[in-house]
Amino acid sequence: MESLSLIWTIARKELRSYFNSPIAYIFLSVFLVLPAYFFFRGYFFIKVVDVRGYLDTVSTVFLFLVPAITMRTWAEEKKSGTIELLLTMPIKDYEIVFAKFLSSFLFLTIGLIFSVCVPLIVMYTGPLDWGVIASTYLGLLLLGGAYLSLGLFISALTDNQIIAFILSMVVCFVFYLIGQVGFLVTMPGFLSPVFRFLGLSPHYASLARGVIDSRDVIYYLSFTGYFLYLNVRYIAGRRFQ
Amino acid sequence: MITVENLRKLYGEFVAVDEISFEIKKGEIVGFLGPNGAGKTTTMRCLTGFMPATAGTVVLNGSDVFEDPDGVKRSIGYLPESAPLYLDMKVEEYLDFIADVRKIPRSQKRKRIKEVAESTGLSARLRQEIGHLSKGYRQRVGLAQAMIHNPEILILDEPTSGLDPNQIVEIRNLIKEIGKNKTIIFSTHILSEAEATCDRVIILNRGRIVASGTSQELRSRHKDKALIRVKIEGTGKGLPKKLQTIDGVVGVMQMDRGVEKGFSLFEVETASDKDLRKEVTQAVVGGGFDLVEVQREGKTLEDVFAELTNVDTSAPTS
Repeated sequence: MESLSLIWTIARKELRSYFNSPIAYIFLSVFLVLPAYFFFRGYFFIKVVDVRGYLDTVSTVFLFLVPAITMRTWAEEKKSGTIELLLTMPIKDYEIVFAKFLSSFLFLTIGLIFSVCVPLIVMYTGPLDWGVIASTYLGLLLLGGAYLSLGLFISALTDNQIIAFILSMVVCFVFYLIGQVGFLVTMPGFLSPVFRFLGLSPHYASLARGVIDSRDVIYYLSFTGYFLYLNVRYIAGRRFQ
Repeated sequence: MITVENLRKLYGEFVAVDEISFEIKKGEIVGFLGPNGAGKTTTMRCLTGFMPATAGTVVLNGSDVFEDPDGVKRSIGYLPESAPLYLDMKVEEYLDFIADVRKIPRSQKRKRIKEVAESTGLSARLRQEIGHLSKGYRQRVGLAQAMIHNPEILILDEPTSGLDPNQIVEIRNLIKEIGKNKTIIFSTHILSEAEATCDRVIILNRGRIVASGTSQELRSRHKDKALIRVKIEGTGKGLPKKLQTIDGVVGVMQMDRGVEKGFSLFEVETASDKDLRKEVTQAVVGGGFDLVEVQREGKTLEDVFAELTNVDTSAPTS
């Protein structure tokens, strides 16, 4: 209980610092405008009432916007030296890591809440399957969480935000790519299911079809958990001086 | 209060701290003195639990840093080198955050923030963003942060670096004031500061303790030579030779700098702590020189420091 209130204290401060910097507003604008623009550009020609195209674009935009959220979390603390204060407070390493994850996750959730505007607008042009949309949003949250944990870990490895950003983007992209059909067909037959399972995108795809399979949920949770664990271990090792 | 035994810290191959041991009693103000790279910051980082030591034991306020890091962290306040802070926060916001992390109960929080802000002279700046504050004020925020939970032990890494002379005096007075009922370790490479503020000085060099004691003890321990400054009017031709003949004089040097026109300054180095002022004066006057000034100088802490930290100048500095 005490631990939870401590995590919340730090997460609140982190969340506030997102909004203290212009990055948050740039992020939210790009996140909301870009996919909506691409979607509505074609929407009235196609004349099919479906928001899947929009949500798919959102999931792709994650690839470079999530690294933008996580890039400064650890890198900035290391660069400015505040990490020395943070790690000499009576806080457990896992509490800090979890608080940082929580705040970035809340930030992404705020962006996703705003994005519900698009389905709400589309709703006026015809009936929508809200069950599928809800399952897609669950997929987006889980996928976003996985990208965030990866980005956080990479941010901890460096004290340079730009390196953290680019490296996170590359690694996120690799995990995205290895699940794509275009990549899987180039693989030898026995490796293809392995990569299909490891890739981040196929699990999202099945949630976006409205199928909530516990295997997909467990996959995302364990992916996220694994990178958070690596993050805790790395911080605990203090090998970064 | 603080016991350090055989503390050792390696960075790869490089030995940053080499088997140091010391003890600090409750209520002492101890200064870590040493040139850059002597291991001051590393030692402090091992004490605060920021970095694990390679070997040795560190016990603060009854808790071992390795076994009970949280116990140690609770009983210390720490100001890291160059006072890192979250620049996007307001002073009050920041202190509030630290108070929450330090688990200060809600009912006392306001009061504590007010108290530390007052004692560090921050009361008027509470609503300013830390990024807009000058270096001196940031240093104060760092100090306020270290004191907010009323810790038994304060560890301050170069608390006066980058400050102007007035601010330095203020921070020193603040340290003395706090030190009346707290144990304080602080590091500095300014000797006069250590002398003015500390009960005890620990001099570090190349990761080892080279001396420890009150500044008076250190000075007297190294008092094998003394200086007499002699100032005369005129060029003083022949005076060095005359002074050399006095029993106990080791060397005479004519100084060129810091002398007004028409005067000459000589430094007479004398052995042991014999006071040769009388003999020197007689020699100067007896030789027909116009004596203006005679001054005897004991060892300063500067001399002790220079002697201790330059033992082996041929080795590569780090």
